Amino acid sequence: MIIAIVCIAGIGLVAAVSLALADKYLAVKEDPRIGMVTAVLPGANCGGCGFAGCDAYARALVEGTAPNGACAAGGEACAAAVAKILGVEATATERRVALVKCCGTRSESIRLGDYNGICDCATAAATAGGDKGCRFGCLGYGACANVCPKNAISVSDGLAKVDKRLCIGCGKCVKACPKHLIELVPASATIHVLCNNPVRGPEVRKVCGVGCMGCHLCEKNSGGKEAGHFTFDGFLAKVNYDNPPTDPSIVAKCPAKCMAEDPHFETGH
Amino acid sequence: MKTVKSKFKFKGGVHPDYNKELARDGAIERLPLPKELAVSMSQHLGAPARCLVKAGDFVRRGQVIGEKAGFISVCVRSPADGKVKAVEKRVGAAGAMADAVLIDTTASLPEDAPPPPVLAPMDWSSATREELLGRIEEAGICGMGGAGFPTAVKLNPPPGKRCEYLVLNGAECEPYLTADYRVMLERAPRIRLGVEIMRKVLGLPAVRIAIEANKPEAIAAMEAAFADIEGNVEIVVLPVLYPQGSEKHQIYATVGRVVPEPPALPIDVGCVVENVGTVAAIADAVELGEPLLERVTTVSGDAVATPKNVLAPSGTRYADLLEFCGGATERPAKVISGGTMMGFAVSSLDIGTTKTTSGLLFLSRRRVFQYSSQACINCGRCLRACPMNLNPAEISKAMEVDDVKTAEDAHVMDCIECGACSFGCPAYRAITQFCRKAKNSIRARIAAERAAAAAAKASDGAAKKEAK
Repeated sequence: MIIAIVCIAGIGLVAAVSLALADKYLAVKEDPRIGMVTAVLPGANCGGCGFAGCDAYARALVEGTAPNGACAAGGEACAAAVAKILGVEATATERRVALVKCCGTRSESIRLGDYNGICDCATAAATAGGDKGCRFGCLGYGACANVCPKNAISVSDGLAKVDKRLCIGCGKCVKACPKHLIELVPASATIHVLCNNPVRGPEVRKVCGVGCMGCHLCEKNSGGKEAGHFTFDGFLAKVNYDNPPTDPSIVAKCPAKCMAEDPHFETGH
Repeated sequence: MKTVKSKFKFKGGVHPDYNKELARDGAIERLPLPKELAVSMSQHLGAPARCLVKAGDFVRRGQVIGEKAGFISVCVRSPADGKVKAVEKRVGAAGAMADAVLIDTTASLPEDAPPPPVLAPMDWSSATREELLGRIEEAGICGMGGAGFPTAVKLNPPPGKRCEYLVLNGAECEPYLTADYRVMLERAPRIRLGVEIMRKVLGLPAVRIAIEANKPEAIAAMEAAFADIEGNVEIVVLPVLYPQGSEKHQIYATVGRVVPEPPALPIDVGCVVENVGTVAAIADAVELGEPLLERVTTVSGDAVATPKNVLAPSGTRYADLLEFCGGATERPAKVISGGTMMGFAVSSLDIGTTKTTSGLLFLSRRRVFQYSSQACINCGRCLRACPMNLNPAEISKAMEVDDVKTAEDAHVMDCIECGACSFGCPAYRAITQFCRKAKNSIRARIAAERAAAAAAKASDGAAKKEAK
């Protein structure tokens, strides 16, 4: 009995001493600011900044290898907090949210056939370009919704939509979409063109009832070319998000009905 | 020359309905030159060719309109004289979108149009190996069986590797397809000439001609054509089993060798496999100076009025092929480019054929099974069917939740996408598609890693240069 107690106490003593010595001589010196920065980051580990997670981004911030403001999820408040800790200037960043640039629901657009393979956009797109008549449009198999860390995207009627309140702008959906039709836009912009098809109007009309025909009416109604609210890629109007239009009346005047005022929906989470 | 039975049978495989009687007795018919051709720059797996023409250009028959881009690539030549109407995105050989050149063949050429380029006929017995390889490359020949691997690359083994066996693939195990069968019946002397040219290029390997037992006429035709050939030549009669025409399984069935997992190629076990159609094309390119501009395509299915084997220029629109075969007897429920097992469904008849389009099938509602995928019931039927000894059930279950790591550990990169697993699945699961999804994401990851490594190396080099 006594031998057992002495043995255990002896082992405990040796272990305690070696741990105490190890703590003193083998300690890894870490910048305390890394922990502080990690604490003010959102902790979503979404990877939107380009780093493996919030901890990796915090490390890069302290080392000075990453720009402050790359965290889309945290936004301005987060950048300001980080700037306070690190003693640098906060770079002003605008909150950005994802926008699905397509409004061709199943009822508005034609389908070329019945696709009954696996429910994945990239796989469907690899099968003869997908079943949607418009080869630029949303396939609606939810690759973006599957990667969204905040459940901000849902698919209904063959079309993906983003909840603006939940979106943290991490950009994962942008990478996941095989049709490249999701874009990060400033959250303050309210008027959008929901089409991604740059081909001629009659060709668009064959496959979709709500496709942009490139008629330039949105540009004319918003003050003409000089106002610079829109740019054109082929026969596709694009909102210039550096100088977005503000007059909501141009939405109703779009003959193709591919414009919308704040098309983001609310999931009710 | 002798005829032997295959001594080696691979594990797995399935027996689909072959339905070859629809088109097997129809002699090859030449399609009159269509008014419009849609020549895709993506003629095979691998990098699409770089388009050299633009709308409004005049092209001559045999003119190079797409130059090879990268090592695994072949040039594309115009199949006819005409005017380029447009260059636009269409579905290519791999099922993905690629540039297609639309050629109006009715346009009259201007007076000062350059003459069509001519490849001089060659005497293969006096030509050197390099000359023959150069000719095969400039004729734009790629494998005409399925994947369309560039033939000149295949016939030029890397240093240190030697070809011991040249295997001629005449199995044609895909249901409905009879194009290779008709080529063996009608063009046997061309195949023999092609074999002699390839033997010279490859350094006199032994030749194995592999034909499934359900084609006795083709076996007889090959026996007659090769009766007096010298050297080690055998016709190997294979048991009827899908996927007997797969390159790896053909090597095992004929010479009993197993190709290791990728990136190993058949040449690593001393074998080169070529489709019989490709061999005939090589003979034409060398002896007649005729580049690969047309091929035999089986137009079949129960919704076609008269199924035929059609010799059509590459780029022929599917609609023209259907019209040549008397049109559809009813609205087809499914149109498949290729065979029913490995072909892909298409959604438009405006697409043009490529050098690898072996068949075009129009199936009625009665032949197309509409299903919805259900949960795996762990019956193990796909394991028994898989000819690559994989566990397709595990891969499909992992890919349902995007678990690429598990799929990779289950050796999904070995999958040949033959479709035997999906064929027998009682839960109607799209197992092959899951495998393809896994392979595509692994390939994308590897490509991204390579690009990142190359970028890092480049910036490293630049930094070193600056330091100096």
